[in-house]
Amino acid sequence: MTNPPLVETRELSVHFGGLKAVNHVNFSVCDGELRCLIGPNGAGKTTFFRLLTGVHAPTSGTVKINGRSIAGLQTHQIAKLGVGIKTQIPSLFDNLSVHENIWLSARRNHGRAAANQIADRVITEEVGLGEYANTEASKLSHGQRQWVELGVVLAQRPKLILLDEPAAGMTGSDMEKTAELIKRINRSSAMIVVEHDMEFIKRIAKTVTVFNRGEVLVESDVDTVLADERVREVYLGKRMGQRHDIGA
Amino acid sequence: MIGSRNYWPIAAAVIAALSAIVVLPAIYDEYSLLQLTIYAILSVLALSLAFIWGYGGILSFGHAVFFGLGAYSYAIGAINFGETTIALLLSMVIPGLFAAALGYFLFYGRISDVYLGAITLTVTLIFFNLASSTSGPEYRVGRVPLGGFNGIPSIPQLNVPGFPDWTLSTTELFALSVATLALVYIGLRLLINSDFGRIVVAIKENEVRAELLGYDARKYKLVTFVIGGAIAGLAGCLFANWGGFTSPAVFALGQSVQIIIWVVVGGVGTLAGPVIGCVLIQWLTNSLASLNTVNNNLIMGGILVVVVLMLPQGLVPTIARLARGRRPVQRLDAATKGLGGASTKSEARA
Amino acid sequence: MDYLIAVGLEVVSGIASLVLISIGLAVVFGMMKVINLAHGEFLMMGGYATITAANAGVNIWVSILLIAPLVVGLIGLIVERFVIRRLYGRVIDTMLATWGLSLLFIGLATTVFGNTTAGISSPLGPVNIGHVGVSAYKFFIVAVALAVIVALYSLFKLSRFGLVARATMQNAAMSSALGVEPPRVYAATFAIGSALAGLAGGVLAPITGVVPSLGAAFVAKAFITVIGGGSTVLVGTLSASGIFATVNQLASFATTPVIGEVALLGSAIILLRLLPHGITGRFFKGRI
Repeated sequence: MTNPPLVETRELSVHFGGLKAVNHVNFSVCDGELRCLIGPNGAGKTTFFRLLTGVHAPTSGTVKINGRSIAGLQTHQIAKLGVGIKTQIPSLFDNLSVHENIWLSARRNHGRAAANQIADRVITEEVGLGEYANTEASKLSHGQRQWVELGVVLAQRPKLILLDEPAAGMTGSDMEKTAELIKRINRSSAMIVVEHDMEFIKRIAKTVTVFNRGEVLVESDVDTVLADERVREVYLGKRMGQRHDIGA
Repeated sequence: MIGSRNYWPIAAAVIAALSAIVVLPAIYDEYSLLQLTIYAILSVLALSLAFIWGYGGILSFGHAVFFGLGAYSYAIGAINFGETTIALLLSMVIPGLFAAALGYFLFYGRISDVYLGAITLTVTLIFFNLASSTSGPEYRVGRVPLGGFNGIPSIPQLNVPGFPDWTLSTTELFALSVATLALVYIGLRLLINSDFGRIVVAIKENEVRAELLGYDARKYKLVTFVIGGAIAGLAGCLFANWGGFTSPAVFALGQSVQIIIWVVVGGVGTLAGPVIGCVLIQWLTNSLASLNTVNNNLIMGGILVVVVLMLPQGLVPTIARLARGRRPVQRLDAATKGLGGASTKSEARA
Repeated sequence: MDYLIAVGLEVVSGIASLVLISIGLAVVFGMMKVINLAHGEFLMMGGYATITAANAGVNIWVSILLIAPLVVGLIGLIVERFVIRRLYGRVIDTMLATWGLSLLFIGLATTVFGNTTAGISSPLGPVNIGHVGVSAYKFFIVAVALAVIVALYSLFKLSRFGLVARATMQNAAMSSALGVEPPRVYAATFAIGSALAGLAGGVLAPITGVVPSLGAAFVAKAFITVIGGGSTVLVGTLSASGIFATVNQLASFATTPVIGEVALLGSAIILLRLLPHGITGRFFKGRI
């Protein structure tokens, strides 16, 4: 990993009134990496995510993606830097079919025919929703909608994918499938995943960054982080490794 | 499915237009033909709003501005130049340019919903006020006095390009209007089926998602708005030809709400619906005017209220659903999604 | 000097008129996020109620201050019950339906009263300020506008209805969880907004005269004042009225009333572009 980092923040801060939601965060992710952001509620991880996607503007500090500062960029311009974003609540073209949803994503950088091919491949091979290709997105289950949105993000063929709680509201086999999907996507794109379900983190994580009170508490491989005393403390003594939602 | 194309509406439009142009002049006298011409002209106007509202999600409360600008541009151009070809072009270019300026202001300022409604409504009132106050001889463009509230009379008929003496007869104006209607319909249908059209519809469906994919929603909305404005201007040109005069009434609020009623009655999110809505409503208006007993405002207002309450999807989508044996589904609220009107995919093909 | 005072009075009474024209719409928009495009016709009906009552021998002040708001408030209650309530949450549909109502009321008024201007003479004559004569009725308009603002402020700040209304404005789901019924709050709100429109129509009737199409002259002004002010009812309406009416009056003095009107509309467009959520979307947040 000698290349310049794909995402880099320097002294990134955002203050809402007196609240230092994110405070002097230096953070970087390299090509091909899969990074999980965790932390208790209010730790600033979602705010940090929104700074990366340009929803919030920083009070001070910079965000660079692919070496380029995103300050002042519109949402679509950030997307054009090769960033695929999946928000917490699935955001789809509800009245369009699964195929149309994913085609629109592929069409951005490809011609009509190539976009069709990419959409077909994403639907059948990558997210495994072949039988629903012509179903309206609004008619799908919650889990299926999450996967369609992962497919939409995938079809952009982005260098970097930002996922906000991809396993929210999932259990059992749905969560299993989402984890598999994320690992597969990670073969071609770097990913930053905000998640608070520890069960899910354990399945996918390599490196974990723990947020607490707007600052980075620990950043290390998943096992070290899970064994860390301070991390246990910020989760208010709840025992780690058991069932879901330590931070909830 | 993307890739597959459905061409039967286009074929139907061609056949309907050709048969109307051939058959109707043979069976109707000139007066009746003139009555039919206005239906075709106003249907073009209905299509322009059907496109920007139903597919672009942009509900303009002042759509009549573009219609009026088209009528005035044509009138001023035709009287000044004598030959009408440039005037015809002006009647699309000027409303188109104005739509570009207004659209830039609206979309690049991220103004939507209620605010967009307020501004477009205000713009049309400004034009109405200004056009009405130009009665003095000092208000003239070239050698055309704007005429204030009385408007511009004696507008020359369109001539065949290059032949200033060959002006259109009543029958020829009818044929031109019907052909324009068919061409605008076909053009819009092809546009909606194109990749551009799919992206426009996607932006209407979910603007945030489209932007996350890297599409600049502002740009697509602007282009949509300009196309709609230019088509409305063309309708204004034909309207000025039809009546031979134009007045500030083309900018009036009543004109804007009339267009909205056609689209709402016919069905937001379709092209055929607003044309049918326009013909039905105008026919009703004419019939009521000849009866002279019931107030037209009363009926139009009643229709708008009842349709919004009872038939929120409009006639064509509702009938299409009934024909497929499904119950109408409540229209999703447009505004809560930041859209002007929601439509399902199947309706978008109607 | 006298002239300056006269101009000043014109500006102040212009602001007061705009506040009266807009405040009913502002109450409804601020609390229900509903834009009632039949608002102009509510004013028109207030005008007819006043003139009809006055012509039937009712005291002119009673006709203006009581009959007009009562009649139109009642009409508002009916409209809320049969139209607005069925479209809650559908902002665009509500605007379309109320635009339909606007045409419907114009048609009804034309059928009932005919298409001619009905009027009553101003109950107050001119007074002299130095050498310039001004209508004493303008002072009455200013007084009514002030009274309305004070009354609304007290209603929102001091009464239980005001508390519930402010809670509903903030969060409808929350207030219904507290045992308040939003439908009743909304019905009361819409009736109050309508009554205020009726009052404005009654107050303005002696000046403008009343025709069925009167509303068109008011609805756009009220609409942009409310939107320009933002969702904060009192402060928003006051500040937007202040700006727009001043622009209108000064431009009218400098040129013609038509240009004054255009200047008002133009300044509204520029304001909305600069402050897309209205004045109070940017300033005075959290007030009423």
